[in-house]
Amino acid sequence: MPLFQARVLVSLRPSVLDPAGEATRAAAARLGVEGVKRLRIGKAIEVELEAPDRNEAQARLELLGDRLLANPVIEDWSLEFSEQA
Amino acid sequence: MTVGIVVFPGSNCDRDVRWALEGCLGIPTRFLWHEEQDLAGIDAVVLPGGFSYGDYLRCGAIARFAPVLEAVRTFAEAGGPVLGICNGFQVLTELGLLPGALTRNRDLHFLCQPAKLSVYPGTCRWLREYAAEEAISLPIAHGEGRYQVDPGQLITLEEAGQVVLRYADNPNGSVGDVAGLSNARGNVLGLMPHPERACDPALGGLDGRRLLAAALG
Repeated sequence: MPLFQARVLVSLRPSVLDPAGEATRAAAARLGVEGVKRLRIGKAIEVELEAPDRNEAQARLELLGDRLLANPVIEDWSLEFSEQA
Repeated sequence: MTVGIVVFPGSNCDRDVRWALEGCLGIPTRFLWHEEQDLAGIDAVVLPGGFSYGDYLRCGAIARFAPVLEAVRTFAEAGGPVLGICNGFQVLTELGLLPGALTRNRDLHFLCQPAKLSVYPGTCRWLREYAAEEAISLPIAHGEGRYQVDPGQLITLEEAGQVVLRYADNPNGSVGDVAGLSNARGNVLGLMPHPERACDPALGGLDGRRLLAAALG
């Protein structure tokens, strides 16, 4: 069965405060890196999935993103599909 | 009358809740291991504070799939009283029994301190022994207690009387000063403060007693 590789990117929704991102942005200024206007911390989740075909793999990954990896109340997510491994 | 106390790997307030219910209030309890599915003989359920499955991914996200929670969902949907304290509140939101989500405290600190609260009991069965707008104090102890929900839904919840506990001096940045939330029916309550730590005079306060005592009847 083909093996698919994907990366699910989970980010806080724009309206949700990201205190960890703000603290990191402040640290960037202390490091002397100027001009950082926005810094938001999310998650990158790498998944390898066996599925009969790409459509089925996509469907399963979407279910995973919607129901487990992200909480739609506070997070958005997107899917980066790599070619078949 | 028996109160079921759910025990996840990582729960650490389960024994505190047992002590408060049995030792302080004389209410029998039974621990419900996370793999149990039989709630026969249980009259109310408490999801205690602490952690659950390491809280990997998000607080309560893995716990949501615990077998015991399917039984708790059925129990709640039938009108059974369910109380989620701290991590238990996080689990109830992930499970969808309460709306919204709990996120990292505004100032990133783990907060362990007394919190002044106002009670808006409405139809919440857990708060029926409190007066409207009564001022109480309960301990909080959390790193991820900032309640988050979109502004439109917050208004809906406020209008429906589901925002039943508010911080007087919002310590964590929760929208609407939300410290505790009820479902529309009033049988499910989630709150970040710890009523079980305010049931014995030795601990410096008794404001949690009436809440836990409401598990009865």
